[in-house]
Amino acid sequence: MVAIALSSFFEAETDVDFDLSGAWKLSLLSELPIGTTGVVESLDLPGEIQHHLMHMGFVPEARITVVRRAPAGDPTVYSIDGFEVALRRDTAKAIRVREYEAK
Amino acid sequence: MSSCCTPEPIDLPSGPRLPGRIHTVALVGPPNSGKSTLFNRLTGLRQKVANYPGVTVEQRVGRLNGIGRPDLVLIDLPGIYGLDSYSEDARVAVDVLHGEMPGTPVPDAILLVLDSLHLRRQLMLAAPVLALGLPTLVLLNMSDLMEARGGQIDTLGLAQELGVPVAKISATRGAGLDSINQFLNRKSDPDPSIVANKIELPVLGNLRSYRQWAQGVSSRTRYKAPISNQTTKRIDGVLLHRIWGPLVFLAVVFAVFQVVFAIGQPLSDGFGNIINAAGDRIAPLLGHGWFESLAIDGVWRGISSVLVFLPQILLLFLFIGVLEDSGYLARAALIADRVMRAIGLNGKAFIPLLSAYACAVPAIMATRTIENKRDRFATILVAPFMTCSARLPIYMLMIAAFIPNKPILGDFFGLRAAVMLSLYVLGFIAALATAWLLKSSILKASSAPFILELPQYRLPTFRSLSLRLVDRGKVFLRQAGTVILAVTLVLWILSHVPFHAELQSSIIGHIGHVIEPLIRPLGFNWKIGIGLLTSVMAREVIVSTLGTLYGADPTTHSLGLQAALRHDLTLGGAMALVVFFAFAMQCTSTLAIVRRETNSWRWPALQFAYMSVLAYVAALATNQIITAFVR
Repeated sequence: MVAIALSSFFEAETDVDFDLSGAWKLSLLSELPIGTTGVVESLDLPGEIQHHLMHMGFVPEARITVVRRAPAGDPTVYSIDGFEVALRRDTAKAIRVREYEAK
Repeated sequence: MSSCCTPEPIDLPSGPRLPGRIHTVALVGPPNSGKSTLFNRLTGLRQKVANYPGVTVEQRVGRLNGIGRPDLVLIDLPGIYGLDSYSEDARVAVDVLHGEMPGTPVPDAILLVLDSLHLRRQLMLAAPVLALGLPTLVLLNMSDLMEARGGQIDTLGLAQELGVPVAKISATRGAGLDSINQFLNRKSDPDPSIVANKIELPVLGNLRSYRQWAQGVSSRTRYKAPISNQTTKRIDGVLLHRIWGPLVFLAVVFAVFQVVFAIGQPLSDGFGNIINAAGDRIAPLLGHGWFESLAIDGVWRGISSVLVFLPQILLLFLFIGVLEDSGYLARAALIADRVMRAIGLNGKAFIPLLSAYACAVPAIMATRTIENKRDRFATILVAPFMTCSARLPIYMLMIAAFIPNKPILGDFFGLRAAVMLSLYVLGFIAALATAWLLKSSILKASSAPFILELPQYRLPTFRSLSLRLVDRGKVFLRQAGTVILAVTLVLWILSHVPFHAELQSSIIGHIGHVIEPLIRPLGFNWKIGIGLLTSVMAREVIVSTLGTLYGADPTTHSLGLQAALRHDLTLGGAMALVVFFAFAMQCTSTLAIVRRETNSWRWPALQFAYMSVLAYVAALATNQIITAFVR
């Protein structure tokens, strides 16, 4: 059992290595763990909210770091351009990011 | 208090406008760039707050006193991220800058405030602002902090990139402000050394190109961002900690109340003694006629019964000011979001609802930070349920008169404090239940986004806090000096006409007796009925009304107000009265601001009807239950 679990763990690791984008992996902002940094790929939110977020720096190619979660686990604080902005999971789900996988 | 923001006429520049000279300067900048601090610094106390016509955006205008240029008018525009009309704030800013805002002078120069700690992002606003073509001075605020933390910027290079002068300032310390004076004195002659370079602005309206441009400019000017604020991170590690965070949050809320009552109460009592002693000194000087009665029993009693709450109210505003200026309120909103979401609101509603403990009027204005209209309206509609400071006078009067001060948890927490706390809880529950009701019926909406910027922690400055308190104190005193004075005078006259009649048979006695059958089941007598009528204007008026009415009644004249009430009311009636006040919408200023903020009479009318019915039913139940048990 342990051997199978370990091997599947390593397989998952190697999968990432052969990802088409190399060391970058596409995911949703809401899925990034605390402390990781991603690069904004695209936003898919209603017009006015999207506009507001883009003005706050959530534009494609911006680097964004997950800082911490609120005591209740949601919203999450993100750091973008040195600013800290809190978003709920629902909103973060609509932001696609490229995640850098540290080896 | 009931009225906080009476619009006042704004001094507009007068006299002939000379072409090429600067008369009016607009202060532009993103939210949290320190713009308001700079505005306060530049104008001092000579500023006026009003609303732009037709919209709910606040207009702040002042004269440049702080740098010795009272001939110039400074307009503080709302904090904005861009100049395209994505929000009401931005639309107002665009209209003012284009000179299309009626009642607002056309700016002929711009002070663009950018936070130098986050210049890369803040520069995105420079592009559309510079494209306006007005003489502009770019102010890199908090540059002292930036340099202290290892950041740097080539200001001359930036000036050449932007084609306008650039200065490093610190609004909190007042450093570098002479550059503003220099800029304004140079009139509008462009500086040839700067304009020599042809500047390139990004494609207007394209956010991505703004960002690329801002990044390019910052790297060409060798901008080095300061190392991120470790202090803020460390403080957040505790204040947003999974366990400590909520505990600190509760401790802060508790501390606010404890201080307001434990320190504020003796302050108010002492202040009250001084006022009463002064009244006793003045009385003999006025002789013993009707004039003495009018001046002392009518006016002095009425005004002083309200004035004694000034220390407590200022203390509450001081606390909210410290929380807001330090940056903690934003963290509180983050912690509260989960709970607020359960009733259909978001964490940002926490800030207005907490301010509503001081006064619903600024609280309702503070709902502007809530982007979603339905969330915002729901917050506006429930804010008056929060126990505002105007309810304190009647609560404290009735509790002091009817509730014995038995200790419950030692000397620290007694029966009086428990009753007071339950009144606060009662209002809070009513607010939550009403919000839930609204959000699941007429204001139903799919989950709205929650976008909250967390500013860095700062030590609140004495300057900005004192400015706040002076502002609030003025509003309170103005209220006491106008509305309450007028009500008190009218009441005194109505209760003394016809002359030499018993209070019962005066005009006010007749009105009171007409409404008495309606309020009898609540345990109220006709004097309380008059109080309910006069306090529709403002809640605190009931105390001065009762003071005047009992002062005019010969049977209770010699008694203090508390003794007079005990003589006249049962415990059931007294508690029914405070419950009535917990729920009723007795504040014309709040109704007026709700009308303004929702742009319709429908919402304040609904609010008034709903709260009045609730208050009547709850007071009826309170009186019936207490009477049944106490007997």
